[in-house]
Amino acid sequence: MPREGRSLTDVQPEVAASAPVPPPPPGPPAMSPVELGRWAWRQLTSMRTALVLLFLLALAAIPGSVVPQEAVDSLRASGWKADHPGLTPVYERLGLFDVYGSPWFAAIYLLLVVSLVGCIVPRSAVYWRAFRAQPPRAPRHLGRMPDHRRYETADAPDDVLDRARSVLRARRYRIRDIAGDGPVEEAGDAVSAERGYLREAGNLLFHISVLVVLAGFAMGSLFGFKGGVIVVTGDSFSNTLSQYDDFAPGRAFAPDALAPFSFKVDSFDVTFIRKGRSAGSATKFFADLDVQPTPTSAPRRQRISVNHPLTIDGTKVFLIGHGYAPHITVRDGKGNVAYSGATVFLPENEAFTSFGVVKAPDAEPTQIGLRGEFYPTYAFTMATGPFSAFPDAKNPAISMLAYSGDLGLDNGEAQSVYALDMKGLKPVTKADGKPVRIDLALGKSQTLPGGLGTVTFDGLSRFVRLQVSESPGSKIALAGMVLALTGLLASLFIRPRRIWLRARRKGDRTIVEVAGLDRSSGGDLTGELDQILGALEPKESRT
Amino acid sequence: MTHEQFEIFSNQAVAACAVLYFLAFLAQLAAYVSRPRAAVVAPAARSRVGEGDVAVEAPPAEPPASQRTEMFVRLALALTAFAALVHLAALVTRGLAADPARVPWGNMYEFTLTATFVVVALYLLMHRRFALAWMAPVITLFVLAVLMVDVLVLYEPVIPLRDALQSPWLVIHVVAAILATGAFTMGGMVSALYLVKERALSRGGGQTGYLARVPSLVGLDRLAYRWHAFAFPVWTFAALIAGPIWAQYAWGRYWGWDPKEVWAFITWVVYAGYLHARATAGWRGHRAAIVALVGLATLWFNFVGINFFFGSGSQHSYAVELVVTAVGG
Repeated sequence: MPREGRSLTDVQPEVAASAPVPPPPPGPPAMSPVELGRWAWRQLTSMRTALVLLFLLALAAIPGSVVPQEAVDSLRASGWKADHPGLTPVYERLGLFDVYGSPWFAAIYLLLVVSLVGCIVPRSAVYWRAFRAQPPRAPRHLGRMPDHRRYETADAPDDVLDRARSVLRARRYRIRDIAGDGPVEEAGDAVSAERGYLREAGNLLFHISVLVVLAGFAMGSLFGFKGGVIVVTGDSFSNTLSQYDDFAPGRAFAPDALAPFSFKVDSFDVTFIRKGRSAGSATKFFADLDVQPTPTSAPRRQRISVNHPLTIDGTKVFLIGHGYAPHITVRDGKGNVAYSGATVFLPENEAFTSFGVVKAPDAEPTQIGLRGEFYPTYAFTMATGPFSAFPDAKNPAISMLAYSGDLGLDNGEAQSVYALDMKGLKPVTKADGKPVRIDLALGKSQTLPGGLGTVTFDGLSRFVRLQVSESPGSKIALAGMVLALTGLLASLFIRPRRIWLRARRKGDRTIVEVAGLDRSSGGDLTGELDQILGALEPKESRT
Repeated sequence: MTHEQFEIFSNQAVAACAVLYFLAFLAQLAAYVSRPRAAVVAPAARSRVGEGDVAVEAPPAEPPASQRTEMFVRLALALTAFAALVHLAALVTRGLAADPARVPWGNMYEFTLTATFVVVALYLLMHRRFALAWMAPVITLFVLAVLMVDVLVLYEPVIPLRDALQSPWLVIHVVAAILATGAFTMGGMVSALYLVKERALSRGGGQTGYLARVPSLVGLDRLAYRWHAFAFPVWTFAALIAGPIWAQYAWGRYWGWDPKEVWAFITWVVYAGYLHARATAGWRGHRAAIVALVGLATLWFNFVGINFFFGSGSQHSYAVELVVTAVGG
């Protein structure tokens, strides 16, 4: 492969340049740059290297399933980092929080791709020649082939050969054309046949398709994005960066490429099974959206549910979850509304016990924070404390602890809306020093001690969790994968076979010898030879 | 029948088919014991001469097996087939036990129940074509052991499928995954036997007892390849085509490096390595068999281990309600 050898030295001159200057260490003998390039290229494109790279790829993928990945679940990743302050810097340096985007992972698959290309190109050339070539000449001694048969017949050799040609043609063999033979002619007493040319084509198709899949996948991770947003029913969402709760753009994603759609979550419906063994599970949930593909277009009603996303201009909107958003109002010590609105509580279990936080920074005299749980069907036992008995909102209630002091919102640091910064806060306590627990059924109010104000639970909405994503190239990846599977099937199940048959006159009998070669790795010719013989000469005795 | 009755029926059918598999194993044992001492039937004699057998194996003469032996062999096969029918009944009733009725692949218990059935079904289907009679004891013991673990450790009462699982792609994805798992398991068993027999031969053994009935090393290598060559495209379809399509509909991304997906990918890469290894000089046989077993280990780890060790971190986890993990992060 001289051409490939040169191209490698062109691409990586440092490999070639550094080699001849110091006396080469023992190992490969002294080589010119071109020779070294060829040697390196041969090493890289050898099957052994490809095998090692495959196993390396499998090994390298493992840490990504053990260590939480930023790109997969950033919340878990940051939680893990908080729990392991010692390991985190080391892991960060190794790229273990983003294994599949890390340089070392990329190095392995890029080497594999190079090895793959280095395999495909020469093999395609070989295949192109082989595809047009004649089946090889019959070996001199067919009886020495591993698989062979022999029988005698009274028919003339030419009749046998003619019949063999038609039998083999019917079995989709390509027959060697005697007239086309070069200087060394095939003796007129033999038939050479070959089939299964498409096996190698399938093999090549598979390997090329892997490149297509990679291209499609790369397009998605470069130009795609994935964002998550929680929308309370009745609220709207417009597709701009600032509206997302979390947003993972591809490396080459431009924010102005976001499609300018918007929608209002009109309603959300969920049905829970109330009786029987499956009580408490949702049978169906869906949301109705009023969608505007562009700011000026008229809204149209669309329904989305699990497994049935909404597609707007190539962007897909998936319904991936739901929960409750109780309306909570906090009035401060002066009677002013310091906080009011639907507050998203994140579900914690299958009965939708949910966790949430209220921050009222404008409350006077001091800022007020609430932290606690929401129960769609409130129940209480001494043993368990409050819990939710059913996921549907049959008896909604909140149970929260109140804090006063400094919420820590003024120092400019970003804060999660689902957590209170406890540094400047202290629990609001009763006269006996016990913390105040605000237990409210729907529509009820409770006064905080010490003239801090009141808390009201005055309504209940549901929210939907939506995932908005665009993955360009997904169709390319899918097409590549289907092509790869097609090629794979061809390369595994098409049997490349060669059959030779020779008929010689001996006395008044004709001796027929048949031999074959199965060039696949799982091959077994016996059945094939027996069938060919059966078609040729069903009655005669064979040895 | 009511759903509860179907569930009870299914559980009893599992117990019954386990007993039947055990009886089949006993019949195989009886066939083996009743064989005349010198008359160890070596299928090596059946494998064709002149295929370049490397194994130091003199094809032993095959004296006619006694009628009793023949009877036990046939009895074992019939018992296995009957057990497979009961096994199938257990699966169907398991699906009918859910309200509404559904495919019986909602959790690990059901997945294992189905995968073991597929192993037996593949064995029965290919019994004649691949001359698999010698595999009978391995198959029945394996299925018996896995069923016991399944019932004792993995059992879960019937629950309905979650919304995200109610998709035709689930059926396609899981059917293909289970089929591939069954075929890979068959291939893995053959590869394991290859290593056992190779070791015995290198120590001068392997001429007597059960190992003498196992085909030659070349035959084992080729048989293992055939199972893997069947399983690999099915796995490719399950893990890299049907799975991503379903994930695209259910989760809005076709590939997200979820632990389950990572390990499916690892399994795919290792088995791709196996197929390449068989085409590489020096890797055929011994090393290829080891690669195949590594692949099988990653496959079963993916199926059992991921759910146990990374349960909360995987969207494929059957332990946690999908919606809750999705919302709660």
